[in-house]
Amino acid sequence: MAGPTRGFLGRSRAPRDPRLPPGQYDAGADWPVLTAEPTPRISPETWSITVDGQVEKPTTWTWDEAHQLPGAEYRGDIHCVTTWSKFGTRFGGISVDSLLDIARPTPEGRFVMATSKTGYNTNLPLEDVTGGKAWVVWEYDGKPLPIEHGGPVRLLVPHLYFWKSAKWISKLTLMARDQPGFWEQNGYHDRGDPWRQQRYQGD
Amino acid sequence: MELRLDVADRVDHLPGQHYVVRLTAEDGYTAQRSYSVASAPGDPLVELFVERLDEGEVSGYLVDVVEPGDVLDVRGPIGGWFVWDGEEPALLVGGGSGVVPLVAMVRHARDIGGEDLLRVAVSARTLAELPYADELVAAGALVVTTREPHGIRPAARLTAMDLLPLWESGQVALVCGSTPFAESASQLLVGMGVAPAAIRVERFGPSGGPAV
Repeated sequence: MAGPTRGFLGRSRAPRDPRLPPGQYDAGADWPVLTAEPTPRISPETWSITVDGQVEKPTTWTWDEAHQLPGAEYRGDIHCVTTWSKFGTRFGGISVDSLLDIARPTPEGRFVMATSKTGYNTNLPLEDVTGGKAWVVWEYDGKPLPIEHGGPVRLLVPHLYFWKSAKWISKLTLMARDQPGFWEQNGYHDRGDPWRQQRYQGD
Repeated sequence: MELRLDVADRVDHLPGQHYVVRLTAEDGYTAQRSYSVASAPGDPLVELFVERLDEGEVSGYLVDVVEPGDVLDVRGPIGGWFVWDGEEPALLVGGGSGVVPLVAMVRHARDIGGEDLLRVAVSARTLAELPYADELVAAGALVVTTREPHGIRPAARLTAMDLLPLWESGQVALVCGSTPFAESASQLLVGMGVAPAAIRVERFGPSGGPAV
């Protein structure tokens, strides 16, 4: 059914913030926690991140080694597929570019599977995590990233729905062919652009 | 409120999945929200449970305006993670409106004669605020109320002591509720020695929909 729903007026839509993608609402100061698994306890001492798969130099960085890479910051908005958006966030860590510059994807490596310590994973086209569009972050608002928000370290791909920003990130695997990750196998979109409302497969 | 829908040519859901309801205003403005399915796959209708939220744009419409015979734009079933397949032994733990997908599992178990596969523990502030309370009690669920006594039990939160007698190795644990409830219940299970890989969690965000 494409037509209007009988009797539905909707809330007033005069002052809609231009930062808000379609179908989203401003969560204000809230930052909802949404995870499919129990929150894991991961210490910085045992955390590491690996870039492998279709790369010239598969590499693993410990917490200390990752902190030796050039620092990078994201300031801006984030959007969750469950329809909340949060404006003006500030995350600190490193750019994914810094990792890929060292591991060097081969020409075949066109997609990325991001995998968490918990086993959660999510797939992304390589171009969505290169060119200053994605970060590996351990700070939020100048403080250590809270565990429920993916601490000690999460992926941050803020131009896509937030399920792509895998919490407790531990591995980026370059792939020649796209493969669906956890939510993508469960009906969610392979790319997840909030401005195109790519929520579910087929959107 | 239970909303029962006749969905043409529907694909049967797995207990635990949800539907998206999309409302469209005359000027093309749309709003959509997710709602858990409470009915079993064998039910000829799809039953969604809608909790009316303060200033809930969609829930307010569904509770206050919708009448029998109205046509709604729905999409589903969605979600393949927080589901019960009807075969594996499972411990179901739900808080507040998070019990709704568990009700679908309990009903499905009844339909297939698989009641023995499920153990159920639910928590709400009061019995009156527990959706499907009578049905859950009748199905043998452990009911915990945090703001009033229930039976011989004083008002108290769910504890590991409640869950331990319900847990058996080989079960999966399916936990659904608000973020604080789901977090605390899943940590109780981990503390009891349940492998994190055996725990599936569905957290309800403030959007009132199953969360991602």
